[in-house]
Amino acid sequence: MKTMSRLLAATMLVAGLAGAAHAKTFVYCSEGSPEGFDPAPYAAGTTFDASSKPVYSRLTEFERGTTNVIPGLAESWDISEDGTVYTFHLRKGVKFHTTEYFTPTRDFNADDVIFSFQRQNDKNDPWYAYAGGTWEYWTGMDMPNLVKSIEKVDDYTVKLTLTAANAPMLANLAMDFASILSKEYADKLAAEGKQPDLNQLPVGTGPFQFVAYEKDAVIRYQAFADYWGGKQKIDDLVFAITPDASVRVQKLKAGECQLMPYPNPADVETLQSDDSIQLMSQAGLNVGYLAYNTMMKPFDDVRVRKALNMAINKKAIIDAVFQGTGQEAKNPIPPTMWSYNDNIQDDPYDPEAAKKLLAEAGVKDLSMKVWAMPVSRPYNPNARRMAELIQADYANVGVKVEIVSYEWAEYLKRSQDKERDGALLMGWTGDNGDPDNFLAVLLGCSGVGGSNRANWCNEEFNNLVTKAAAVSDIAERTKLYEDAQVVFKKEAPWATIAHSTTYVPMSKAVIDYKVDPLGSHRFDGVDLAE
Amino acid sequence: MFGFILRRLGLLIPTFIGVSLVAFFFIRLLPGDPVLLLAGERGISPERYAELMHRFGFDLPLWKQFIYYFTDLMHGDFGTSISTKKPIFNEFFTLFPATLELSICAVIFAVVLGVPAGVIAAVKRNSWFDHTAMATALVGYSMPIFWWALLLIIVFSGILGWTPVSGRISLLFFFPKVTGFMLIDSFLSGKAGAFQSAASHLILPTIVLGTIPLAVIARQTRSAMLEVLGEDYIRTAKAKGLSPFRVVAVHALRNALIPVITTIGLQIGVLMAGAILTETIFSWPGIGKWMVDSIFRRDYPAVQGGLVLIALIVMGVNLVVDMLYGLVNPKIRHQR
Repeated sequence: MKTMSRLLAATMLVAGLAGAAHAKTFVYCSEGSPEGFDPAPYAAGTTFDASSKPVYSRLTEFERGTTNVIPGLAESWDISEDGTVYTFHLRKGVKFHTTEYFTPTRDFNADDVIFSFQRQNDKNDPWYAYAGGTWEYWTGMDMPNLVKSIEKVDDYTVKLTLTAANAPMLANLAMDFASILSKEYADKLAAEGKQPDLNQLPVGTGPFQFVAYEKDAVIRYQAFADYWGGKQKIDDLVFAITPDASVRVQKLKAGECQLMPYPNPADVETLQSDDSIQLMSQAGLNVGYLAYNTMMKPFDDVRVRKALNMAINKKAIIDAVFQGTGQEAKNPIPPTMWSYNDNIQDDPYDPEAAKKLLAEAGVKDLSMKVWAMPVSRPYNPNARRMAELIQADYANVGVKVEIVSYEWAEYLKRSQDKERDGALLMGWTGDNGDPDNFLAVLLGCSGVGGSNRANWCNEEFNNLVTKAAAVSDIAERTKLYEDAQVVFKKEAPWATIAHSTTYVPMSKAVIDYKVDPLGSHRFDGVDLAE
Repeated sequence: MFGFILRRLGLLIPTFIGVSLVAFFFIRLLPGDPVLLLAGERGISPERYAELMHRFGFDLPLWKQFIYYFTDLMHGDFGTSISTKKPIFNEFFTLFPATLELSICAVIFAVVLGVPAGVIAAVKRNSWFDHTAMATALVGYSMPIFWWALLLIIVFSGILGWTPVSGRISLLFFFPKVTGFMLIDSFLSGKAGAFQSAASHLILPTIVLGTIPLAVIARQTRSAMLEVLGEDYIRTAKAKGLSPFRVVAVHALRNALIPVITTIGLQIGVLMAGAILTETIFSWPGIGKWMVDSIFRRDYPAVQGGLVLIALIVMGVNLVVDMLYGLVNPKIRHQR
């Protein structure tokens, strides 16, 4: 019976599509399948592109094409003097999607917010374990330690109490894991014993509503007529899952889709010369770096680290590894991020000075390891090649390098080892556009033995970034982060290597697409020329 | 015949146990684990790591994990995927029809072209046809699938625009799954052009996946035919004054087909391997692509369950082939 009704609904939908001759269908050649449609248990951008971006909204949102935090389901908010209590005033009259599997009877309210967060925070919540209990970002962003309580004040007011002032919190709440789900829908599923459907047949308040997913092949959405931000200009959004980058290019050229992510660097040039295709680019919110293990000799000596930094020819790396599509990095945060300190002078490329400094530090005949990741990442498309170039640069100053590499999972494991030998190639793509997400996560004392691959715990630096996270005045925070970058450059726990550029090829018919600096692909506000 | 089938079935039990053992230990031999991969660049604290390993049951001693897994298998429970959190049996059989459809088309393509090519090459031994066909077969056999697929896409979809680039059917068509076989479902949908669209999407992947089996079958048919054509009974048939066509098509081919059938059966395993690459390139939603993704994510339950299911299917196919073989060749049937 259920199959029959779905069949009927699907037939009507297709009939509807055929009837409305001018229905605008936007096809996106996505690179992979979503793991599920509830974003919170997952950490992959591919999953977020297919779940949180089209289907859900959050209390706060990132403004399209920027990292600015703007009101979302929360119309406004008040922050207490000491920065620990956030009171959110929720938007009224927001509708959840009406789909063939769920018809909402009420508007969005505070219960939905409490439900969406509590299931990730409270181990006793009936929904805590439904998706394996792996709330990747909730734990990754340290929310269990930051959040003291989440309370409903009334139907349209929610109070969030923190254990300590935390300025990046508003940006955290705009992230995918903080998407707001319908409690009414969850209750219905629980009553029917169909909990897994929450992750497969999503209901949200976002710009597009879910229609159907054929595993590993196609995802279909349609514009949500009652979206609180206004109905979208495109009527149907289709994800054609196409794992191979060369095939995506062919599909784009053949008009089988209008936009594709992640072109091979080698294809960028041919796409640039294609008349039917526009190529948009933006500096990615990322950094590729070489982390010295500052706990081990001789890398505990800042002179050695400085000397090795001066031995690296970054220009050559940008040309060879990024094929020119990146920029040299001097700070641990990318230039598009607020508080980027442009006054900092990078360590010059100067092999002679490097040799002198090594001699001064009493280091002779140094042989070391350089670790090269086995996978291609946006911040480092070819770590092996990069390691080879660094090997050659170091040889010029009399340092012998052995390149080591492991399979990715093993690499991640060994990279956290505090006794690790040598210097490690690694990188980071920002989660929420806040400098704290780079500086505290990657270089703070609490990350030693984990995300802080340099195992660098500097009191001055750590005090600056800890303080910056606790104040909410942006000018004051900027100053503190700028100072932190000065300390970083002076102490040189990393050789900062590059920030890559993100390219998004699309058909010329695509209007008003904005490349997301946070690396996602979202289609709200996008239009197609007739 | 019944005894023959029983003996064959009896052999499947140790094979099944062996496969479940291999599937279980093989994926655990690979370095790294699913929890570390989940955490990625962010890293993970030892406490959280221990918590997650415990949640998935990976902190138990290996032998205990194996016993749990094997007991579940015996109850028909293939486990739950770590990444999608869905039952593996459902995941597998959602995707399997796509692989099966493509494999069947590839086998038909290989047999329909391969057997006649082999027969003609044998009959016209040392002719230009023989040399060309066998040289082509060698090239086809040695062709890297990835390169071959991209080449076909660029020429036929990119430059000529004759075939679609990838996928199973044009995105304009949207109808519910009935059988999972796109050719059948598109036909049942009754929509004008749907079946044609599904068929045109099958052309390139079929050629790519069928190329290696085609080459093998052509060469195998040729050598089997050459052997049979030298037999006494063929000379007798010719002496009786039968038409050359009858001699080749009835007397020779029937006997030559016995080893060819075995070859086709063995190619099923090869098809599974080829499907991984073919499916990745043509965005074909089948189990090959799914297995590779699961291995990269170290999704232990998915890899274990998937391997066992694939092995069961291959074993089933081989059983059928053996039975066919027995039907065609009484000598095998009566062997002890």
